[in-house]
Amino acid sequence: MGALSSLPLPFLILSFLTILGALYVVTSKNPVHSVLALIFTFFTISAHYVLLNAQFLAVVNLMVYAGAIMVLFLFVLMLLNLNKESEPLKSNIWGIAAAISAGLLLLVITAAFQTSGIAVMKGNAEGIGLVKNLGRVLMTEYLVPFELTGILFISAMVGAVLLGKRDKSEVVKSEETIS
Amino acid sequence: MDSALLLEKSILVAILTLITLGIAMYSTYGERKVAAFMQDRIGPNRAGKFGLLQPLADGGKLFFKEEFIPVQAEKWLFILGPAVAMVTATITSAVIPWGTEIPMFGRNVQLQVADVNIGVLYIMGVVSVGVYGIMIGGWASNNKYSLFGAIRASAQMISYELSMGLALIAVIMMSGTLSLREIVAQQSGMNWNIFYQPIGFILFFVSALAECNRAPFDLPECETELIGGYHTEYSSMKLGFYLFSEYVNMFVSSALMVTLYFGGYNFPGMSYISDPTFLGIAQVAVMFAKVFFFIFVFIWIRWTLPRFRYDQLMHLGWKTMIPLALANMVVTGAVILLFGN
Repeated sequence: MGALSSLPLPFLILSFLTILGALYVVTSKNPVHSVLALIFTFFTISAHYVLLNAQFLAVVNLMVYAGAIMVLFLFVLMLLNLNKESEPLKSNIWGIAAAISAGLLLLVITAAFQTSGIAVMKGNAEGIGLVKNLGRVLMTEYLVPFELTGILFISAMVGAVLLGKRDKSEVVKSEETIS
Repeated sequence: MDSALLLEKSILVAILTLITLGIAMYSTYGERKVAAFMQDRIGPNRAGKFGLLQPLADGGKLFFKEEFIPVQAEKWLFILGPAVAMVTATITSAVIPWGTEIPMFGRNVQLQVADVNIGVLYIMGVVSVGVYGIMIGGWASNNKYSLFGAIRASAQMISYELSMGLALIAVIMMSGTLSLREIVAQQSGMNWNIFYQPIGFILFFVSALAECNRAPFDLPECETELIGGYHTEYSSMKLGFYLFSEYVNMFVSSALMVTLYFGGYNFPGMSYISDPTFLGIAQVAVMFAKVFFFIFVFIWIRWTLPRFRYDQLMHLGWKTMIPLALANMVVTGAVILLFGN
């Protein structure tokens, strides 16, 4: 408890809310409630960024995750119309598998952070999250990972378009059956 | 942060919220009067002089209507929907500069609630969250028409947000800053961005129409197909919040267009005014005059153009606006690279 009380109060409240939201994502039976709780969690994570004086990251996190990706999640869930009657019975194996993989991920992340030692904010900590500094770091120090991420996204987009496109022979076939 | 600044900002927030709500209220009156004029009718003229009390009468009526929540609806989400719509609509105006500053009670009061260095991104963030109000409300109603409206709204808003963002990027590239205050300051004199970014402005304007769910893009609430769209099941002030947030959005997007493309509070001959108090007031007046003009354009368009079909809407968004916005961005970049600033 002594270690906890030395932390600033806003951080404690925010962390509590974040963990609460994240727990509700997992425990909620209703998928739409899960997604809404996840959106709430993203909001609190953005608030964490603001506490760290990284407003740019905070807003981008909101725009990309809460504003775009979660809208698509919600969109698909609404179309699926998942309610209690139509939901198939799931066996416990799924739950066990999910718990094991999440535990493994936790293990890997903790191990990676422990051994590598996270690069603590360099230079002036004041403006580390501002657009100018972030852009400079991205375009110099982390240029290769940045470009690689871009290529990854493009390939994902091309893949999605290819999957969504109907096969030409299939179209012809369905037209034939109609006529 | 000293307490005087805190007090100053709190008062500014209160005033701005009141003005926003007041303008949204009288936009409904303006809408009905303009519609009446275009259709050769008189319009509301019973409540007060020229019907000026009509918005108050409408608001009062909505307050006293029965508060109805359908049995099959998700109660809390049903209530959350209009709340989210209203909150996201009203917080957008926080970063818009209404003037430079005005001396008052011995201190220079900045006429902007929050001068954050990422103002443009803040607005895009709030706009992208704004769709949840409609989605949550439409889904929680447990009505197929509401769900259709919600799904249409979210698809439309995601599609047009892209071209809006791409149009904005061209402006940001030109001005080299994300702060709205600096973007306005760079447009002093007649150096407005509209002369450099005409295509960007048109793209932004069309996207703004679609983001506000205004005609000709009002498919989410298209009466003839979906009864009322996402707010079919709503009554009383919850319905009022949905309708009202549309007008608030209209006001805010007009203010944003003025800020980004039409020089904000700048007007020709501004540098000749030496009295700072008069200058501040004049700037606010000019800003609001420009904003009212755009609100009028919004209304004008609604009563002139017919509604798009849904496939036409998607076609326009993805196959016309986004390629055009991308081309606009590339051309802007090339011009900046070749001719410097």
